Amino acid sequence: MDYSSFLQMHEEFSLIVVMIFLLVYDIFAGEKALKYFQPVALLLLTAHTIINCVPRDAFSIAGGMFQYVPMQTYVKSILNVGTIIVLLQAHKFLNEDANRIKRGEFYFLTLSTLLGMYFMISSGNFLMFFIGLETASIPMATLVAFDKYNRKSAEAGAKYILSAVFASSISVFGMSLIYGSTGTLYFSDLPTLITGTPLQIMAFVFFAVGLFFKISLVPFHLWTPDVYEGAQTNITSYLSVISKGSAVFVLFTLLIKVFGNLVNQWQPILYGLAVVSITVANVFAIRQQNLKRFLAFSSISQAGYILLAIISGSAMGMASLVYYVLVYMFSNLAAFGVISVIEERTGKVKMDDYNGLYQTNPRLSFVMMLALFSLAGIPPFAGFFSKFFVFSAAAAQGYYVLVFIALLNTIISLYYYLLVIKAMFLNKSENPIETVKSDVPLKISFVICTLGILFVGLVSTVYTQIAALSFGM
Amino acid sequence: MNFLSLFVLIPALMMMGLFVSNSRKQIQFVVATGASLLMILSGIITYMYFIERAAGNAATMLFTADTVWYAPFNIHYSVGIDGISVAMLLLTSVIVFTGVFASWKIDPLPKEFFLWYSLLSIGVYGFFISTDLFTMFMYYEIALIPMYLLIGVWGSGRKEYGAMKLTLMLMGGSALLLVGILGIYYGSGATSMNILEIAKLHIPIELQRYFFPLTFMGFGVLGALFPFHTWSPDGHASAPTAVSMLHAGVLMKLGGYGAFRVAIYLMPDAAKEMSWFFLILTGISVVYGAFAAIRQTDLKYINAYSSVSHCGLVLFAILMLNETAMTGAILQMLSHGLMTALFFALIGMIYGRTHTRLITEMGGLMKILPFLGVSYVIAGLASLGLPSLSGFVAEMTIFVGSFQHTDTFHRVLTIVAITSIVITAVYILRVVGKILFGAVQDAHHEHLTDATWYERLSVVTLIIAIFAIGSAPFWISGLIHDSVIPVIGQLAK
Repeated sequence: MDYSSFLQMHEEFSLIVVMIFLLVYDIFAGEKALKYFQPVALLLLTAHTIINCVPRDAFSIAGGMFQYVPMQTYVKSILNVGTIIVLLQAHKFLNEDANRIKRGEFYFLTLSTLLGMYFMISSGNFLMFFIGLETASIPMATLVAFDKYNRKSAEAGAKYILSAVFASSISVFGMSLIYGSTGTLYFSDLPTLITGTPLQIMAFVFFAVGLFFKISLVPFHLWTPDVYEGAQTNITSYLSVISKGSAVFVLFTLLIKVFGNLVNQWQPILYGLAVVSITVANVFAIRQQNLKRFLAFSSISQAGYILLAIISGSAMGMASLVYYVLVYMFSNLAAFGVISVIEERTGKVKMDDYNGLYQTNPRLSFVMMLALFSLAGIPPFAGFFSKFFVFSAAAAQGYYVLVFIALLNTIISLYYYLLVIKAMFLNKSENPIETVKSDVPLKISFVICTLGILFVGLVSTVYTQIAALSFGM
Repeated sequence: MNFLSLFVLIPALMMMGLFVSNSRKQIQFVVATGASLLMILSGIITYMYFIERAAGNAATMLFTADTVWYAPFNIHYSVGIDGISVAMLLLTSVIVFTGVFASWKIDPLPKEFFLWYSLLSIGVYGFFISTDLFTMFMYYEIALIPMYLLIGVWGSGRKEYGAMKLTLMLMGGSALLLVGILGIYYGSGATSMNILEIAKLHIPIELQRYFFPLTFMGFGVLGALFPFHTWSPDGHASAPTAVSMLHAGVLMKLGGYGAFRVAIYLMPDAAKEMSWFFLILTGISVVYGAFAAIRQTDLKYINAYSSVSHCGLVLFAILMLNETAMTGAILQMLSHGLMTALFFALIGMIYGRTHTRLITEMGGLMKILPFLGVSYVIAGLASLGLPSLSGFVAEMTIFVGSFQHTDTFHRVLTIVAITSIVITAVYILRVVGKILFGAVQDAHHEHLTDATWYERLSVVTLIIAIFAIGSAPFWISGLIHDSVIPVIGQLAK
């Protein structure tokens, strides 16, 4: 057998090389060389991102197990950039004495989940998909429990792994039903075999639950706030953006590629989920005092907006989905970055603690404000464009009522985002958070996020590039 | 790059200038220069517009430019102006200019204040020059958000409540509007979001029935359409002076302008069918706003309710769907914009001295503050429609136009709306009598000083503009009238 075709998996191989290099470096390098561990790792990742950012022609290898389409390059690049931002933000945390020895683990585990997502995105078979899903989930649980002597973190880790395993087992059960009814697990063979028999519909529902869990849609969201709160903040931001971003893309491609015949079944399901996710999450977010829980609910509602793009099933929907994920990544990572730096230096994460933040930390407040405005969908920030495109994709298919419900929810979401802005800019405080000094990597991450928020919307090339490669039903 | 985009570019440059300036002197220099440039620019544009029209250019929009922005959605950055936009740009420039001088000594954080103020003006200018639905909507939203911080940080009274209410209600309006816009775009099957292109197509009447009310109400929220007007009193009362001026003076006009340019122009059939319903709502706005103003004791609340009444009249006249009334509506936008800005400026100046806005605590100010007092009387007279001031011209045109309808419904409504003039006279004269004449209420007020140079500059500019429209209305109404014709043409189709 000729294995040379495997070499076409550029992204995966280059990531594996980086991972193994870092692992070896961490184990064998001396005290002096280890000082440069993080810069070296970040440079390698940046190189990896740059090398792999150009789309290639579509191909299928290993008998259809691994299918590549050019769009995947963009999705993977978005994930790469997000990971780099998260690692930049975690730089200081990992340089602390208590964490220095665990640094190698942190990088290795993060990159393993990333690798899992790569395989999940490019899978051409349900087994491959499942391997990817698990490779992404299990190291994730370890990361959530990274700060293992912290009771909350350990609890969050346990919660995450238990519910993740539960969800993926249901998903596997769904896959087995698909196999039972069609006799194959290859994505390329399935579309004609899935004809909409009751068994297949049931199989689809079971299968989709695993992904809904990952995307944390209501009612599969109950783990989200607790895990987000308990995990180290950088992990939380990774979880909220990278993990979610890959899952929504995979959901979209599977729905149109494999379950295209069930469109009349999955559209109402997604319709209901979108309405419930957006509304419930928004209502819950209003009452949150802990900013990490607050952003957890906000991210659930954001996932609901993404469903509007998925429900359209069109090429326009795919382009707006990928674009949404990109913009969401910049905005959410900026918000989490501010929260993480403040939590790390002062231990404060409550909304009340942020009172008067603008007086002491004008720059951080400014970044936070941009991020929240972008999440709320206010022009001229990128969030406005991404929301508009998502709504427009849904409206093009005639889902005006859904768009309307989503828009009403943007008002609720604006309300709670404004609560944070109010705390930072309007409220006065007796003892505001002292001036926090940001280190250089953190500053770089903020610069990247801010540039993203400001220019990804106004410069249309980004969207046009994505739209050129998108496909739909 | 079209020179119309300068209207957006200059405030953007102002923001950059503010970003690097450190002292109050520099900040004042940047904003004053920017605002003056905008004034000059709008003057030049008006002149060029007249020249072009005189040369026989009969296109609907002049100076158009079009750049593809988001090709997959057919979103273009397209600009262009007609007579109505020219009038609105002039209005905006006057108010931005005077607003800068009215908040010359703003405290605290002057830099941040003017940053947001410039962003607000980007939104307003951009809205008036756009001819593309998407960019129009985008600028509309850009204009909404700075309000929250402007009111929340620099406002007075129940500012947090007012700011939140205003922001959320206006966002609610924009939610309606966005559905309307998407409906127009996909419903018409257009291959462009350009208003002029969509106007050539026909949106099926069934769809118009859904999307006309959404669009009209969306803009109506900003135009203080009853029952969505409640943000206006609370928001305006707690906003700082310049923001009240810009908001009541220009931003509320976005509502009327949008209803005219988008809702009625693009969906004329539904407009004809449903105008009766909205006419009743706007009729209520007109009368209710005026009555509510009588009961208020806070100067800003009085003026805010009077704005509800006057802006209601704008929408009322637009819905009359005939040439004269629509011309009157645009004139009313201009006239109300100027006089309400004057009112808010004066109220801010009086409040800055007396530290109260309650009319029960003031009296005899005419003797102490003669300049502000006289200006206040002029503003009041303009508001109640004294001939030779702008209010008269606008209201006269509106009511003449409305009475051209021969059926009972329209005539009765017109008569009801006309009663608001009397009610307006009641609250204006009552306030003027109470605070300006009579005995001095508070001994501390004896030592107040009259307006400073920058306040005078701001007030005088506004008064000149009011007189200009009132005493020589022909040039401006001619400007507007020509541009109302295309909409009438749509309605007659």
